[in-house]
Amino acid sequence: MDALLRNFFNIDVFIQVFPYLLQGLFTTLWLSALVIPLGLVGGLAVALLGTQSESRWIRFLVAAYVDIFRALPPLVLLIFIYFGTPFLGLDIPKLLAVALGFLLNNSSYYGEVFRAGLLSVPQGQMEAARSTGLTRMQALAYVIVPQATRNVLPDLVGNSIEVVKLTTIASVVALPELLRVARDAQALLFNPSPVVLAALIYLALLWPLVRWLSRLEHKNMTAK
Amino acid sequence: MSDFERFVHTFFNLEVAAKYWPDLLKGLGVTAGVGVLVAITGLLFGVVLAVLRAMQFRPLSLLIIAFADIMRALPPLVLMIVFFFAFPLIGMPMNAFTTVWLALSLVLAAYAEESVWGGILALPRGQSEAARSTGLNWWQTMTAVILPQAFRIAVPPLTNRVIAISKNVALGSVVALNEVLNEAQSASSNSGNPTPLTMAAAAYLLLFIPILYAARRLETRWQWKV
Repeated sequence: MDALLRNFFNIDVFIQVFPYLLQGLFTTLWLSALVIPLGLVGGLAVALLGTQSESRWIRFLVAAYVDIFRALPPLVLLIFIYFGTPFLGLDIPKLLAVALGFLLNNSSYYGEVFRAGLLSVPQGQMEAARSTGLTRMQALAYVIVPQATRNVLPDLVGNSIEVVKLTTIASVVALPELLRVARDAQALLFNPSPVVLAALIYLALLWPLVRWLSRLEHKNMTAK
Repeated sequence: MSDFERFVHTFFNLEVAAKYWPDLLKGLGVTAGVGVLVAITGLLFGVVLAVLRAMQFRPLSLLIIAFADIMRALPPLVLMIVFFFAFPLIGMPMNAFTTVWLALSLVLAAYAEESVWGGILALPRGQSEAARSTGLNWWQTMTAVILPQAFRIAVPPLTNRVIAISKNVALGSVVALNEVLNEAQSASSNSGNPTPLTMAAAAYLLLFIPILYAARRLETRWQWKV
């Protein structure tokens, strides 16, 4: 019990590292605020190209893109980008490597979600919108996409929670987000309490969102 | 050397590939093995939790909900690092394999419980009432009537989770599990060439694209029709 308190919940260590972990949390938050909108926009573009394009080739390429980046673990992608590109003589900054890896991975996941949403809107919606004189782009922007988004809102929220959790892999390339800061503190103090504190911070941040998601999913299921 | 030759020499270097492919193959074996183990234990544990929750014994249900919430809120990498670096200090040392297997199984169990529970909830109440009225007991109703139907509803979310979570075996490289990414990283730093990283990426594609297709087929075959 004593060992547990000293190593996991060491109050002195908690107090000492808390300001640093807050900085790490801040980095996690703005990193999420950067990569989630990027993924959403990329995903919507992927889904629109994959469902609306007239060209079979484009639809095929989009499907291949989605499959490839759904099959590759994001960590493999990130390490490939970060440690591979210097060999090409390109020295890309950490943040760019992380953003690029997340964009490729997230746009395929969000793309699948949006695709399901777009397919859930009945064909008649497009026909009715066109018959009122809207152009195809206007019909998509004002009629189809808003309904599609509403239909898959729980999945979009769920995927976004996964993205926040996924920002932890940026620690592997030494981007100082919450997990990285906690691991550095752990190494410096020879005590794992900082990592436990980081876990508690992740819980405090994400538990309410997970609860909200459960309710959202449940509501969606009973509404149908 | 032209630019193209240099590119090929860097990322598709046959000499490097020839030298390190046995290591990578071993790593791929570890990745696949741990992935399959995680899928089995995670799914089993998740189904057990969903059945326990269906017994509607309130304290137990609350515990299961808390477990599922926590495992879905914590990033798996954080879980692994706590297991691997912190548990030895309280007298519970874990090797890399146990760490990755246990962490990912717990995470998958949480998601599987939620999916199967969602399936159970989605069934009309009449199903269990009708089953009970024919004389089946609670357990028979569960295993013969409720679960088979709940599974069908739960298949699409479940297959997605199983794939996403077994891909996370790659996170094991952080705790030095000798899976394919870890092997590739050490081969790449030993040879000063990123070809092993290309091979690792290719290995993951070879492993998971067929699984993605199989999952898609399973989803259409098992589609639940009302």
